[in-house]
Amino acid sequence: MGSVQVTLRNPKRVVEVPGPVRVHALLDRLELNRESVLVIRGDTLVPGDVLLEDTDEIEIRPVISGGAT
Amino acid sequence: MKCTVCRKPAVIDVRRHNANFCPDHFVAHVQEQTKRAIEHFKMLRRGERVLVAVSGGKDSLALWDILVGLGYEADGLYLGLGIGEYSDISGDHARAFASERGLKLVEVDLRDDYGFDVPTGAKAAKRVPCSACGLSKRHLFNRAALDGGYDVVATGHNLDDEAAVLFGNVLRWNVEYLGRQVPVLPSRPGFPRKVKPLVRLAEREMAAYCVIRGIDYQVEECPMAAGNRHLGYKEALNSIEQTSPGTKAAFYLEFLDKAAHLFNTDFEEDQVGLLVCQSCGAPTTAEVCAFCRLVDKATGAVPVVLGPTR
Ligand code: SF4
Ligand SMILES: [Zn+2]
Ligand SMILES: [Zn+2]
Repeated sequence: MGSVQVTLRNPKRVVEVPGPVRVHALLDRLELNRESVLVIRGDTLVPGDVLLEDTDEIEIRPVISGGAT
Repeated sequence: MKCTVCRKPAVIDVRRHNANFCPDHFVAHVQEQTKRAIEHFKMLRRGERVLVAVSGGKDSLALWDILVGLGYEADGLYLGLGIGEYSDISGDHARAFASERGLKLVEVDLRDDYGFDVPTGAKAAKRVPCSACGLSKRHLFNRAALDGGYDVVATGHNLDDEAAVLFGNVLRWNVEYLGRQVPVLPSRPGFPRKVKPLVRLAEREMAAYCVIRGIDYQVEECPMAAGNRHLGYKEALNSIEQTSPGTKAAFYLEFLDKAAHLFNTDFEEDQVGLLVCQSCGAPTTAEVCAFCRLVDKATGAVPVVLGPTR
């Protein structure tokens, strides 16, 4: 029995989401804005229309940084 | 999803351009957008020596990579801010990037060279950390550029950064800042030219560029940034962007084309005349420049100890 293993940051944590699920649907489910993150598997980018399987491990990486200068 | 250019499998969509790209064509897209900004705003000329302000984060490392790829003679400057583990890791990324590519990285360290760090300096001067940090960066980038004989300092500010600053200034009608928010500030005596070649590229595109090019960058946030107003503005703009792609670019780039010139760009010092800092010789409107005053307060202060960040 598996799920998609999703690593999130700030703070770093892993959540499990039952697959199969499309990347965009996953972001919606986690209430993440697709302008604000990248989805990465291994060291490659995963586009929004990819179907993730229960065996997949992905990272959702925030891309927005906060420095004011 | 297929690449808009070659129909091979795409790895990223750029909705405001209504385009998807394979890795190669995405890199070409980023280079093209950077070139357009450089040419449109007359940022750099061939043969000029460029100093890239490198933080170890995605934007500045990507910028350095792009400029070298476009054939510019660009060295990096890393400024050690002394913000705990965050700074240690950032410095490692900057050094690794430079040494793997045989590029020259100039280093200045606030603690070793000036005897304080950003958390301590901010507390001693009763400034918010980003303000003490920004003041130090501006001063030391200027100084390093002039000392090293560079023509221009390039920073990695991207479209999201500039749109968020513009948004904040418009919300409060800070008109004195609006005229200055242009991506190229000409050189003046004591100041090198300053340029922001990434203003046509969104923050997500810069992170994607790093992943595709195998650039290892500091992903963690600076602990001093948590909860600041600037981040809230970026999030607000991205919620609009999500439903209406292209809004951020229109907001900032159309401002530059249509409105920036309506605001006064006179600098305070143009009116009062510039003095020379009695302590360091930098141009200033006071007897002693703001950075030297910060150093003075900070070096007499009790150091701030940062707890574990996460
Ligand atoms: S977030 Fe603020 S304190 Fe941290 S590096 Fe950026 S400007 Fe400096
Ligand atoms: Zn392609
Ligand atoms: Zn000074």
